[in-house]
Amino acid sequence: MKILVAIKRVVDHNVRIRVRPDGTGVETSGVRMSMNPFCKHAVEAAVQLGEAGHGDEIVVVSIGPKVANDVILTALAMGAHRGILIETDAELETLAIAKLLAKVVAEENPDLVLLGKQAVDDDSNHVGQMLAALTDRPQATFASAITVNGAALDVTREVDTGTEVVSLPLPAIVTADLRLNTPRNAALPMVMKARSKPLAVRPAAEFGIDLASRLVVEKVSPPAERVAGKTVGSAGELAAYIAGEVSQMEAL
Amino acid sequence: MSVLVIADHDLGVLSPATARVVHAVSELGPIDLLVLGHGTTDIATEAAKLAGVTKVLVADSPNTADGDSLVIERFANGYSYIVQSAGSVGKDRLPRVAAKLDIMPVTDIVEVLGPTRFIRPIYAGNALQTVTDNQAKHVLTIRASAFRAAATGNNAPIETIENAVVSAAKLIAQHRTESDTPDLATAQIVVGGGVALGSANKFQLIEQLAKKLGAAIGATRAAVDAGYAPNDWQVGQTGKIIAPDLYIAIGISGALQHLAGIQGAKKIVAINSDSEAPLVKLADVALIGDLFEIIPQLLTELDKAGVKR
Ligand SMILES: Cc1cc2nc3c(=O)[nH]c(=O)nc-3n(C[C@H](O)[C@H](O)[C@H](O)COP(=O)(O)OP(=O)(O)OC[C@H]3O[C@@H](n4cnc5c(N)ncnc54)[C@H](O)[C@@H]3O)c2cc1C
Ligand SMILES: Nc1ncnc2c1ncn2[C@@H]1O[C@H](COP(=O)(O)O)[C@@H](O)[C@H]1O
Repeated sequence: MKILVAIKRVVDHNVRIRVRPDGTGVETSGVRMSMNPFCKHAVEAAVQLGEAGHGDEIVVVSIGPKVANDVILTALAMGAHRGILIETDAELETLAIAKLLAKVVAEENPDLVLLGKQAVDDDSNHVGQMLAALTDRPQATFASAITVNGAALDVTREVDTGTEVVSLPLPAIVTADLRLNTPRNAALPMVMKARSKPLAVRPAAEFGIDLASRLVVEKVSPPAERVAGKTVGSAGELAAYIAGEVSQMEAL
Repeated sequence: MSVLVIADHDLGVLSPATARVVHAVSELGPIDLLVLGHGTTDIATEAAKLAGVTKVLVADSPNTADGDSLVIERFANGYSYIVQSAGSVGKDRLPRVAAKLDIMPVTDIVEVLGPTRFIRPIYAGNALQTVTDNQAKHVLTIRASAFRAAATGNNAPIETIENAVVSAAKLIAQHRTESDTPDLATAQIVVGGGVALGSANKFQLIEQLAKKLGAAIGATRAAVDAGYAPNDWQVGQTGKIIAPDLYIAIGISGALQHLAGIQGAKKIVAINSDSEAPLVKLADVALIGDLFEIIPQLLTELDKAGVKR
């Protein structure tokens, strides 16, 4: 089967971000960027399906500025075959991202589209579901296991009550959760090889989609800070504190 | 300006999150509550008691994202707001519904400032975005833990809607964690354990303490990944968001992604052998030491103090 993987370049998940003092957003200049962790699991899932004989071609696509090339190269080094960068310097909303990806799905016609379950910058958790709607395909979000079962996939999903297994006829959309697999670190020869794999760069405007934002972000502010408390010296003192809190709760 | 709230339920019981969602959107307009699924009569009866609900709609639905979304879309015409809690069902269904309606959704709302203004966290809660949504329709998910529950005592009429949809996806199995502890997302007290517990067996120390306090049980991703705790106990950016009156974090370092899930906790207690752990730094009360010594002592001391819930 042919697999399309959508990957996003975001502020590295280890960076402690800073809200700009003027409230216009989060400081991203001079900050370490990398592939969104959930997207790494999506790429790894595609490569593993390929290794198991289920992935004839793996195409990765990223929407973002020119420098988003670097996450595409990472995915190619992990084992994807071909990359597409849809270039834009604008910060697009998830609906616009999903519409662009729907165009790519129409062109490429993949059997399976893999995405991360959420991007750790906007924390939206939208695009997979929206793409499934726009392409009228069934979806399985928050996947922690994928098995091929004839012309369908059995996908284990992590949900609030535990896990559930959904059978999805292909073509379908799956979003990856963190327990799906352990993403590989590409070995140097693969990194070198990635540079010679095809990577098409196409301006976002070429797709004829209205990319204008629907929501107005008035401001971005830091959350309230917690003040440090005290240290107690024994389990007895801690028990007394907890007992106090519990009786306050019960008084309410 | 009417509001359609989609109810959350599990095992034939209305989830506590729904009352909070109803309360969160009560200023936006008259609320109809939609109950999807099979055999939901008892759930609808409970839902009808929530203050602020005009009527309860019951529709049969296949419990899959594509199936449920189709049903919701059929109702969408009559409403200005389509709302569900930001639990795993709402997160799965509402962005799909929104895209079908060509609407950009506003999700994970922690504060409703007005009919079109909302606050939502980004970057694992390290920043808060204030957004205005001037679209013709609003598709919203609400972080239930950030709101109080609507009162009960209402007796709204219940209407069953005949409805049939075919879903491409099929739900073939459900595996749930057997536990009689309270709902994590809405619990008053949560006891959380980290990877320091060392095994599933020893994680029962956390469960013992939780039992004593009538608390829900939380875990870090590291503890879940290691197989010490089930995935639905995970608290954080990728797990559940909690806002208890008291959170007791044991053997948990306090990584950014874990802190994302506990920002709403009123009081935080940390038990950790490392006085420099980030969670110790922001706890209201910390006890430094070995959790394997401290928990048994704490259980005894709580008994002595007469704490029982
Ligand atoms: C994209 C992404 C999403 C993530 N989402 C989540 C999430 O939703 N939730 C989450 O929790 N994590 C999440 N993580 C993982 C997170 O970054 C941390 O790795 C994780 O929270 C660490 O768990 P921990 O505190 O149990 O382990 P550690 O960080 O290893 O901390 C263990 C702590 O136990 C203490 N300790 C050790 N022995 C003892 C003892 N005997 N007595 C007392 N204290 C002891 C240590 O001092 C230490 O502070 C995510 C990571 C990524 C990349
Ligand atoms: N700019 C983008 N380019 C490519 N894929 C994206 C982009 N934004 C989001 N995605 C995909 O959609 C997933 C969910 O993102 P979000 O809905 O923004 O949380 C990500 O993990 C990616 O797989």
